[in-house]
Amino acid sequence: MRGDHQTLALLLFSVFIAVTLGITTWVGRNRQGSAEEFYAGGRLFSPMENGFAIAGDYMSAASFLGISGLIALFGYDGMLYSVGFLVAWLVVLLLVAELVRNCGRFTLADVVAARMAEHPVRTAVGTSSVTVSVLYLVAQMVGAGSLVALLLGGTSDTARSWTVVGVGALMVIYVSLGGMRATTWIQIVKAVLLMSGAVALTVLVLVRFHGDVNALLTSAAERSGHGRDFLSPGLRYGGSWTARFDFISLGLALVLGTAGLPHILSRFYTVPTARAARRSVVWSIGLIGSFYLMTIVLGFGAAALVGSADVRASNASGNTAVPLLALVLGGGEGSTGGAVLFAVVAAIAFATILAVVAGITLASSASVAHDLYASFRRPGAKQRSEVGVARVAAAGIGVVAIALGLLAQNLNVAFLVGLAFAVAASANLPVLLYSLFWRNFTTRGAVWSVYGGLIPAVLLVLLSPVVSGSPTSLFPGVDLALFPLENPGLVSIPAGFLAGWIGTVTSPEPPDPAKHAETEVRSLTGAGAA
Amino acid sequence: MEKEAGPGAAAMRLDDPWYEVPATAWGGTDGTGAVVPDGRSRPGEQRGHSAAEIYLEVQSSPAFREVRRRYRRFVVPAAIAFLLWYLAYVIAATTAHDLMARPVVGAVNVAMVAGLGQFLTTFLLTWAYARHARLHRDRAALDLRWETQEMTRGAGR
Repeated sequence: MRGDHQTLALLLFSVFIAVTLGITTWVGRNRQGSAEEFYAGGRLFSPMENGFAIAGDYMSAASFLGISGLIALFGYDGMLYSVGFLVAWLVVLLLVAELVRNCGRFTLADVVAARMAEHPVRTAVGTSSVTVSVLYLVAQMVGAGSLVALLLGGTSDTARSWTVVGVGALMVIYVSLGGMRATTWIQIVKAVLLMSGAVALTVLVLVRFHGDVNALLTSAAERSGHGRDFLSPGLRYGGSWTARFDFISLGLALVLGTAGLPHILSRFYTVPTARAARRSVVWSIGLIGSFYLMTIVLGFGAAALVGSADVRASNASGNTAVPLLALVLGGGEGSTGGAVLFAVVAAIAFATILAVVAGITLASSASVAHDLYASFRRPGAKQRSEVGVARVAAAGIGVVAIALGLLAQNLNVAFLVGLAFAVAASANLPVLLYSLFWRNFTTRGAVWSVYGGLIPAVLLVLLSPVVSGSPTSLFPGVDLALFPLENPGLVSIPAGFLAGWIGTVTSPEPPDPAKHAETEVRSLTGAGAA
Repeated sequence: MEKEAGPGAAAMRLDDPWYEVPATAWGGTDGTGAVVPDGRSRPGEQRGHSAAEIYLEVQSSPAFREVRRRYRRFVVPAAIAFLLWYLAYVIAATTAHDLMARPVVGAVNVAMVAGLGQFLTTFLLTWAYARHARLHRDRAALDLRWETQEMTRGAGR
């Protein structure tokens, strides 16, 4: 039995890899190698296609497996993640998507640099974008390693390491050969797969309970071992005040971080106009919202049908709740239906990870080539094509991510994702909002707000209980934990905004009203948009 | 806010503005490439301005200020409202356990209703924003876009 579904899962993995490599070669068959094509896929995707691709970029395996797992273990407290991840899209829709599409060309730094002294601003924003991307990438790689090891039974370290290496190699191939066009199509395929998988499982869960949600919740509460408390907040974050502030900090990072994620921002450049960018966000909010609603059903379904104790026994952080639920829904251990559903869920999770890492790698290679390389290139040096640099950068980032992924194998995936969101919210969001909306914003303000968010966020994590001072931390032997919270957002996000404000008011140069006028007119009308 | 171009032409531009980009065709209905006089304040009447001056003029034109006002009047209250509602939800979930655990119907309690309410308000606000932008902002913004591009086309930068 165990062998059966492993073979099937491996077969489905191989099919997905073959299909995606097919897409990559098909898309790359007559490429011209222009930057427009490599970074933005020619800007000719339709809002619906881009909406699916955005949803594909955003719904990582961490949410498919992680959130349902957290709900299966902690009930309502897991649901808080779903809400934060969705509400974040209102920030993107209302304040960011259209304006960024109108003002920028390929990256976040384009928007800020249009108003400011180009060199320091590009360096700062490029650095923080690469930092966010690499953190997020490492989280996904670690997730891929432990997921595949768990699903295929081989919990050995060699299996994990080879998975990390394999995922890294594949993502570099997708990105350097196919650019944005291939990456977008992979995201679309993956989003369709993930949504269909989630819909199928949700329907099966609801059919089990004859469509009676009340019965689902009641039996989830009973089998969780917590009774009624399972359905109300507090099981995970209700204890000490530190835990409560930690959660508020995480909630802040989730809701403000999405609008600063480089791989999400770069998706808006793949459509022709700001109006199309808005419509793609509307599509993605619909898809992401229904997906998170389904993860809630799946989480409570796993608690009700598998039982919290069994979920915890399989994986302490709950990551295997959905595959276990699939096994039960298909007819239980030993049945053909169970083996098939289990393998399908495993393959979908794997597809999810591959697609997400490809999207992030592309965004970070764009930051390296378009922002950092352009700033650091010596004036006399040989001119290389920017796209060539981006392809090499994708390989370089792949190597770094593989190395860090191997080092960080024992870190918690959800924590790494939360950290990436916190850095994005502290370093990228303040500078973006200030440049779009604040008339008096200056170059110094921009640079200070990036570093003023980035440095506290990273430092506070290094001084947090995650890294040292507690039995579960990275270095349990040392105690440098001066900062009590695991997520730095509560401090570092205000720090980023404050630093931007101080930098601006102490700035010796006056703000340039003409540049502000240009940004404002372009952002709201689309005049001169690429 | 609808400008001089006929409704049919405007609708076509809205549908597929990307392919229309050769800005020469959109100098105005008189086809000379000049902005059509329409009795309102027209940004950047004289040629020979720098791009910076043109953007400053467009920024202070009533047409642009109207677009900006419509955008801000929707976005600012909406953003404050949903952020406060989300913060209130997160803080209530972490501190007001008894309130959140109060049953409403069957196994459904206040916390469930509040969580699903967050989903519902997100969907509603998305719909309302998209509708507001489509009805009250898109056409005016697009007209301004072509006018501004036409003006900056000849301008030295």
